[in-house]
Amino acid sequence: MTLVYPVQSLAAHPPRLSPAYKSTVKRSPFKPLIPMRHTLSELTGPVYGHETVRANDHDLTVHGKGEPIGERIIVHGHVLDEDGRGVPNTLVELWQANACGRYVHVVDQHPAPLDPNFTGAGRAQTDAQGYYRFITIKPGAYPWGNHHNAWRPAHIHFSVFGHSFVSRLVTQMYFPGDPLFPFDPIFNSVTDEKARNRMISSFDLENTRPDWALCYRFNIVLRGRSATPMENS
Amino acid sequence: MPQTKPDGVTPSQTVGPYFAYGLTPGGKYDWNDAFNNNLVTPDTSGERIRVEGTVFDGDGVPVVDCMLEIWQADAQGRFSDPQDKRALPNTSFKGFGRIGTDAKGGYAFNTIKPGVVPDPDGKPQAPHILLAVFARGMLLHLYSRIYFDGEAANAADPVLALVPADRRSTLIATRRPGNGNPVYRFDIHLQGDNETVFFDV
Repeated sequence: MTLVYPVQSLAAHPPRLSPAYKSTVKRSPFKPLIPMRHTLSELTGPVYGHETVRANDHDLTVHGKGEPIGERIIVHGHVLDEDGRGVPNTLVELWQANACGRYVHVVDQHPAPLDPNFTGAGRAQTDAQGYYRFITIKPGAYPWGNHHNAWRPAHIHFSVFGHSFVSRLVTQMYFPGDPLFPFDPIFNSVTDEKARNRMISSFDLENTRPDWALCYRFNIVLRGRSATPMENS
Repeated sequence: MPQTKPDGVTPSQTVGPYFAYGLTPGGKYDWNDAFNNNLVTPDTSGERIRVEGTVFDGDGVPVVDCMLEIWQADAQGRFSDPQDKRALPNTSFKGFGRIGTDAKGGYAFNTIKPGVVPDPDGKPQAPHILLAVFARGMLLHLYSRIYFDGEAANAADPVLALVPADRRSTLIATRRPGNGNPVYRFDIHLQGDNETVFFDV
């Protein structure tokens, strides 16, 4: 299968300079990026699969000596290309805060407790249809120093490879109905509402496991279309 | 499978300041590394090199919470990806590396000098490594290329030719004499004077 990676697809992404998110001010280039044609270097990418993912890497609730505290959830979905085809056998990595909104990272000094049974890192490989599944704890909101009373909405960081080095994506999954959405400059850095809403998972009652875990669905759409035009123009 | 065709890609968000324990634990956290900064295995063929440097922000301050990823061809100019039909089977060289910057904004990769890869017209590109830069304050990663000091092929490289002449040096790693393997220095300036060239790919 040969894919093309339209530059127009990049319009969905946030502008690099988004001053309401203060760290962007010194970390975004002044000069325009230089357009170039994709070569084999851009159109290929690392292939990592089952040898990278261990049996319980997708289940963040079994990495400690006991169960972590918090709301157990299933997070699942498909990794897709822009034509809606599943991206098979690709690596999905995630990391998140615990139920209190505390990260295990040494720099995080938020005065909420660490959970001795929760590190918050996981990885999975999509199956032949592009499907992935994690079991985790719903992360809490947490404060950050960007502006007065700044709180991040609950989110899970995702890192996905796809078919090539230019399909690489790092994003954040949000939860539906979060009251912090209007106040978060990272979420709102995506100026187009429809694009922004693609970062919000949907509550998935059907795949909830009764008496055990609620479920959220998060489909991730990566750059890449079939090289063969879909319509005659 | 979802029934409807997507109406666009999922937008990018910053990797944030706390990616290390998930993506680059490096023995400091209770999680194993999927990737690291050593691309070389004992049976890898090619010239072993070290690529190292520092990442700076617009004030010239080292970026201590940056993640760098590289992707490159092997010494024969072939990619470890089934999409590259010229690739040799069973090669141990994966061509991908990842590292977080240290407390001084520094990074290093141990790898091999890549071979020549053709451009879409079949013309040779000079040896190069693809670079992706992620950090807190970067809502979408930046792509650049690392070329090598002293390569005659740089003069005819079709991608370098797109770059204004006075900025090309930001893409060329400078070779430093060392006791062991050659060391190439490649500093990354996200903004301002000496701003590294980034590509719109």
